[in-house]
Amino acid sequence: MQIKLWINDKEYVDDISPDTILLDFLRSKGCLSVKRGCETSNCGLCTVLLQGKPILSCSTLAVRANGLKVTTIEGIQDEASEFGGFLADEGAEQCGFCSPGFIMNVIAMKNELKNPTEDEIKNYLEGNLCRCTGYMGQLRAVKKYLEKYSDMKKGA
Amino acid sequence: MFTIDKYVVAESLEEAYELNKSKRNAIIGGMLWLRMGRKKIRTAIDLSALNLNKIDEDDESFKIGCMCTLRDLETHENLNKSFNNIFHKSLKHIVGVQMRNLATIGGSIYSRFGFSDILTALLSLDSYVELFKGGIIPLNEYVNMPLDNDILMKIIINKDGRKAACNSHRISATDFPVLTCAVANKENEWFVVVGARPMKAKLSTFNLNNNYEKDDIDNAVLKIIDNISFGTNIRGSKEYRQILADALIKRNIDEILNGGYYAD
Repeated sequence: MQIKLWINDKEYVDDISPDTILLDFLRSKGCLSVKRGCETSNCGLCTVLLQGKPILSCSTLAVRANGLKVTTIEGIQDEASEFGGFLADEGAEQCGFCSPGFIMNVIAMKNELKNPTEDEIKNYLEGNLCRCTGYMGQLRAVKKYLEKYSDMKKGA
Repeated sequence: MFTIDKYVVAESLEEAYELNKSKRNAIIGGMLWLRMGRKKIRTAIDLSALNLNKIDEDDESFKIGCMCTLRDLETHENLNKSFNNIFHKSLKHIVGVQMRNLATIGGSIYSRFGFSDILTALLSLDSYVELFKGGIIPLNEYVNMPLDNDILMKIIINKDGRKAACNSHRISATDFPVLTCAVANKENEWFVVVGARPMKAKLSTFNLNNNYEKDDIDNAVLKIIDNISFGTNIRGSKEYRQILADALIKRNIDEILNGGYYAD
């Protein structure tokens, strides 16, 4: 069946099998940051934005994105690199395997929540699993990253 | 791995209903549970184009379309304000925001999962399901009806002034619950729901007079627990669940009566 969608603002029209999973479709178009971690909808590694909302691309049919806009980390390099810098400064990463999905969800949170509390941050991000760390470095990085934007808003 | 031969975005409920008569076809909600199986689906039926992704409110009730996501309910301001935030509280522990942006309320309630947090919360309220052919049925009846090929169009929650509270116990964050609980109160009537027993949620009721004593609550809770069956699975034993039920029910009653707060 034919679908048309936008991946990182570029239009794609393709003929796919109805059971094509969005994750596989995105990888076939060169978005190799999108990866399978658990295959049980639990780990958050495959997170992409569909119309700006974070979703699990491993659990979504490509046909469900028909007519819609998908964003992967390849499409928001500047924002992702900036937050990646905060992660590095806090020594938050070890193997880095979970980072693409985590970064996508942090950016979704920044766009959705205004001045979230620590509990709200944890709740928003608890669907992103990291097996190397205890999440403390990530939490410090997220707080400093959000503080920067909160200060900028106050300054404005 | 499940497979799909054909995908149809239904243009009417009648079309969806006709397609759904065949056991080889299936309605696709959030697809999260379906994708874990090995079902070979001939025609996947998508209800996305039928305007069923909205939460409507009037003076008497909320009507929630089956294609609303769990996240839609979790973040809906008026829905949460009307029922003491129980939608936010019961949904926020389910896996993660990304999953709750996909899972649909129709898929969750139609499936009547034993582990369901949201089924537990909804059963404590004056909730109904609206079926395409079967009409409007109280959720407390629907929960025990066999899975059939009718289409769950909407969930209806009447605003009858109930105060509600809910909680759950999990071994670790984002895991399936060991036990779920929701309690609601309207005048002297109390509605107690215990789910993930590990069987599906069950509603029990009791009454308290205006001049009740603490013992009256203790006795009522004891009686409810005696009348509910509990079971053992990988997450907990029958005995452990009975002890948990006592604590979770009483915490919810306390929250309603005294505004108590228990961290979850």
